[in-house]
Amino acid sequence: MSALLPPADNASATADNARNNRPMEDRFKTDLVALIPHLRAFARTLTGNAAAADDLAQDAMMKAWDARASFQMGTNMKAWTFMILRNQFYSDKRRSWRSTQLDQEAAERTLVAIDDPSSPIALDELRLSIAKLPPEQREALILVGAGGFAYEEAADICNCAVGTVKSRVSRARKALQDILADGSYDRDGRPAGEAMRSILSDAERLSAVR
Amino acid sequence: MRSASEMIDVNDRPAKSSRPSVGRSGGMDEARLRQQAIGVKLRQMFDEVVSEPVPDEFLEILRRADAKRADGAG
Repeated sequence: MSALLPPADNASATADNARNNRPMEDRFKTDLVALIPHLRAFARTLTGNAAAADDLAQDAMMKAWDARASFQMGTNMKAWTFMILRNQFYSDKRRSWRSTQLDQEAAERTLVAIDDPSSPIALDELRLSIAKLPPEQREALILVGAGGFAYEEAADICNCAVGTVKSRVSRARKALQDILADGSYDRDGRPAGEAMRSILSDAERLSAVR
Repeated sequence: MRSASEMIDVNDRPAKSSRPSVGRSGGMDEARLRQQAIGVKLRQMFDEVVSEPVPDEFLEILRRADAKRADGAG
């Protein structure tokens, strides 16, 4: 937006500009605050680690705030901020040499850290299983299966074709079911198929309540 | 922000190939049931974090950035 404005060569021009944008920026800020819980959730699934996820979500929030002038009001702000968060995640990852293998360990540490006795066991198993998916399948599945995005929106967020998202989601679902069914998420002592059974029974219980 | 829930049912529908058609064996229903169960848990996992209270730190960082904006303009 600033590129369209005449160069602000004095302080009062800048002040006028800021005053004119003020209501729009306030609106932007309100919308951004409302998106924080969703950014935290997406970051948690990408990193598998609560502390790292909040760092990532905060970075993404500030990147979005700094880039507010380039956001087109009326377009999908949730998708826009998720795209920023995702880009941030992958650029952090490149910098910090962390391999995707570490996600599994991170997920296990998170489990220990959360240690919520009221948390149903099936959720823990799902977290561990999701951590085993390749990152591009995991993010596609989360965006479409949990984040409420259409395939087209997920494709924009991941900067890939719609067909690619569809095939990633489909492969992720298949892989997740296999991991859960044969217990290959390395949860010691529990018989194969236990996770799938507990997820099925939990889901039945949940849908009965609704 | 819960507009997402309306889209979920649409998005979470299993791929065409795994949708059971009349006369198919029970194996398809079983697979669909499992996928639906995973979908339910997936949303539960995500929504659990969404419903957590936002740490004050987030709002504090944003408040500070906003204050800086006011300073810069004035």
